[in-house]
Amino acid sequence: MGKQLAAVLGTGQTHHTTKRLDVSMAGLCREAIDRAMADADVDWADIDAVVLGKAPDLFEGVMMPELFLADAIGATGKPLLRVHTAGSVGGSTGVVAASLVQGGVHRRVLAVAFEKQSESNAMWALSIHPPFVMPVHAGAGGYFAPHVRSYIRRSGAPEHVGAMVAVKDRRNGARNPYAHLRQPDITLESVQASTMLWDPIRYDETCPSSDGACAVVIGDEATADAMAPRPVAWIHATAMRTEPTMFAGRDQVNPQAGQEAAAALWRQAGVTNPLEQVDAAEIYVPFSWFEPMWLENLGFAPEGQGWKLTEAGETEIGGRLPVNPSGGVLCSNPIGASGLLRFAEAAMQVMDRAGEHQVAGARTALGHAYGGGSQFFAMWLVGAAKQGVPS
Amino acid sequence: MTDVAVVGFAQAPHVRETEGTTNGVEMLVPVFQELFARTGLSKRDIGFWCSGSSDYLAGRAFSFVSAVDAIGAYPPINESHVEADAAWALYEAWVKIQTGEVDTALVYGFGKSSAGQLRRVLALQLDPYLVAPLWPDSVGIAGMQARLGLDSGLWTERDMAEVVARSRAAAVDNPHAQLAGQVEVDDLLTEPYFVDPLRKHDCAPITDGAAAIILAAGEKAREIAARPAWITGFAHRVDTPHIGARDLTTSPSTVAAAKAAGIDGVEVAELHAPFSHQEILLRQALGLGDAVRVNPSGGPLAGNPMFAGGLIRIGEAAGAVMGGAAGRVLAHATSGPALQQNLVCVMEGRE
Amino acid sequence: MTRPLSAPLDIGFDYTRSLGPTLGRFMTALAERRIEGMRGSDGRVFVPPAEYDPVTAEPLTEPVEVGQEGTVLTWSWIAEPLEGQPLDRPFAWALVRLDGADTAMLHAVDAGSPEAMRTGMRVRVRWAEETAGHIRDIACFEPLDAPERPRPEPAPAEPVTMVTTPVHLHYQHSASAEESRFLRALTEGRVVGQRCPVCGKVYVPPRGACPTDGVPTTDEVELPDRGTVTTFCIVNVPYLGQRIPTPYVAAYILLDGADIAFQHLVLGCDAKEVRMGMRVEAVWKPREQWGPTLENIDHFRPTGEPDAPYESYAQHL
Repeated sequence: MGKQLAAVLGTGQTHHTTKRLDVSMAGLCREAIDRAMADADVDWADIDAVVLGKAPDLFEGVMMPELFLADAIGATGKPLLRVHTAGSVGGSTGVVAASLVQGGVHRRVLAVAFEKQSESNAMWALSIHPPFVMPVHAGAGGYFAPHVRSYIRRSGAPEHVGAMVAVKDRRNGARNPYAHLRQPDITLESVQASTMLWDPIRYDETCPSSDGACAVVIGDEATADAMAPRPVAWIHATAMRTEPTMFAGRDQVNPQAGQEAAAALWRQAGVTNPLEQVDAAEIYVPFSWFEPMWLENLGFAPEGQGWKLTEAGETEIGGRLPVNPSGGVLCSNPIGASGLLRFAEAAMQVMDRAGEHQVAGARTALGHAYGGGSQFFAMWLVGAAKQGVPS
Repeated sequence: MTDVAVVGFAQAPHVRETEGTTNGVEMLVPVFQELFARTGLSKRDIGFWCSGSSDYLAGRAFSFVSAVDAIGAYPPINESHVEADAAWALYEAWVKIQTGEVDTALVYGFGKSSAGQLRRVLALQLDPYLVAPLWPDSVGIAGMQARLGLDSGLWTERDMAEVVARSRAAAVDNPHAQLAGQVEVDDLLTEPYFVDPLRKHDCAPITDGAAAIILAAGEKAREIAARPAWITGFAHRVDTPHIGARDLTTSPSTVAAAKAAGIDGVEVAELHAPFSHQEILLRQALGLGDAVRVNPSGGPLAGNPMFAGGLIRIGEAAGAVMGGAAGRVLAHATSGPALQQNLVCVMEGRE
Repeated sequence: MTRPLSAPLDIGFDYTRSLGPTLGRFMTALAERRIEGMRGSDGRVFVPPAEYDPVTAEPLTEPVEVGQEGTVLTWSWIAEPLEGQPLDRPFAWALVRLDGADTAMLHAVDAGSPEAMRTGMRVRVRWAEETAGHIRDIACFEPLDAPERPRPEPAPAEPVTMVTTPVHLHYQHSASAEESRFLRALTEGRVVGQRCPVCGKVYVPPRGACPTDGVPTTDEVELPDRGTVTTFCIVNVPYLGQRIPTPYVAAYILLDGADIAFQHLVLGCDAKEVRMGMRVEAVWKPREQWGPTLENIDHFRPTGEPDAPYESYAQHL
């Protein structure tokens, strides 16, 4: 039968913050789900299946929490899938939900991803040292900082580029009512004056620890067509790739898995010049330097040149490729949900529903997520029009 | 829908305790080698990979990440993972083939239950506010379910022992089984209770293990296997988590999945019933007649590697088709407390 | 062949769970030694409460107070209680339908022996000495014919918004056979890598399988305890579970003759002096402190040799 068209009908997210002490895990998920279903104008009877994504179960201390959440996420009596692909899981959740429609299995699928980091302490969960292992590792920042140093050495990027990304994303976040960190007054100087946590990564260049959830309703072509004139986000392409955490000769700055996922994505979508053909990108940037690194990995810039787009202001709203107009992971990081937030924000851009952080005239947008030791990649490309249909 | 078939299945021996790591690599390497040898494929031929495993079984976050070392996942692979029994990974792979993006998939599951205390670990699947803080263990919950059926006359302790005796006897022909042999029902009934009304033999053993299946579409499946096990129905459903609000003597989610999958005419059923009474419960819920051979592999009571056990049911049922022993088969997988989530996969051979 | 190394791995955390309105209401009632359920869309009274209706998925908002006595619908007997369970002597798990409720609560019954248990028996709540707004405020249930303990009068409690639920689990963590050979060599002060029989790369520490070829690594390769810093970071942030005082340099060190770098500490110079390409050597702990761990090497320190040229390690970044 082959691939069916699928589209994002609606999106929803929570107000993200350090501790959402006003809700249970179920309530957190429902805040996002209720918004997504209202946005998509669907009722529970319209939902054929539910896909839930989140990062390690140790974060909340619940084994396979989708089981106890079945009623709250409207899955009881329906098919329920649980995805876990490390930090990329939110993206993978979107991809799996899309494939349920693209494969002709279902007409409307609810994807939901969440993390309630305040139930425990992610730094603890990520730094449990099993026996026999050298306890050098210090959370995600400690893991990624050496690779950021490698990038700086390899590309010759000036030191202020990382701070520039932080300033841009935090200012963008100030335009996003759901963002955890909203800092309209942040400056290059203030970022550079912030504490060096994992040298070369400064405090203001790191993502916060957030509670939050995101939900997306994905529908088939007939359902999406029936939404007219309300815009939907047509899913032009999806891609996932994985490589091992470490192996001899592994490029940890520009991982092959990310390059190949991007190449597959552009190929599927018929994109030959990503920088020209993509109008906005929501890229998983938990530490500011990952913006230029992923610009290169995704093929928006040649290797070693990504920082030049950032430095020239091209990744700001109004630039050639606005990156993370929502403020991105640097403003909100409910880990398991962060990838789906990128996917949802990309959809919001092409649906013209991004409010104050809308990129004017965005017709094609990228949602991107990565996880593990920069080894799991998930991405999708969405458009205002069906693929191949001139807009 | 695209025609998809199981074209290969391999599993590690079911053992009480492996010496290997909780990332499953040592169990998976020989399983992959056997599977590739059997199908004539190599890792380069696989379009999509999907696995099922659990961090809480291993006792640390991201425990599945190192498992890809067993694949040799470079150049990079198109891959995904479910935090569930690998039967659900097989479902995700089947969906991926339906999209037309790929025409082959390799699905694997692994679990080293011996690393922790399984009965306590599984308590973390319960409601974290209202139930899990009491640490109700998985055997205690199954015991309550068993008694409901005993009290209401749906099964007897003798019926349960007969399931065990049949399972052990069937497992004699299963080289991977952990528990096998001829046992007398009357002898089983003299055993003391473990968690009244369950005796030890009513409970699946603690098992370390791993398994993998290769799926292929249409022509590709016919090239790989002489007699592929074609998937004619594949569905899963979940029940409410409120254990005290469920009718635990039946399984609505199994019934709904079976209805969606279409199970008429099956000759063999591999049921993922980790407790003897659950095999009877599922048999009743599915309406399987006496002519249907249930768990000819020995089933979970002969060995139940967590997070691979459901996938193994599908592999064993597919094996019955591929080997010519059956024409149409049913495989069932379960997840969650007292059969909360259930999956049904129906396969058949074609001439 | 010797058995792979293994050691206990305990993970424990006291999870802090915010409750939201529905569960918060239930927990507050427990603190007051009352039990409140929620009425579902089909009229059933859920005890414990459901936040969302199992049939319609809608949030439930109609609280219903129920009785503190109920009926055992089914039970199982725990002869040997496990860590964390409500009673440390033999007890029954039971599904108890409280008077006025339509669903059952899973809890423990303190009956003394299985002979004292039967389906249909009547039980009542035994409250904990102190209540805090937690499911364990219900210490357990007890048969109605048990002598009734004095029960404090219900008293209004502050609204409960959070519960703490400790999760402590115990595992036996195993190293792979390949890693075990590496670790055992460390107990003798030797660093031994292993070569992949397919790609020929030398892995240190070795893994269960070569990550690119999926086969166990076989040939042992004795390596020197000196090498090159490929890249590094300076850890300034303290965190829970941390075992090394900050600031410290966490560096990737590529031993001479190895094809993969591993993380270790670089000390013996100011953190600011550590460079990519710096040549370093191991500083071992006193022999009597050695065990099967890379921690036998206390840290690496600069050798004073000229830095390795960038090209010599660029492919290891």
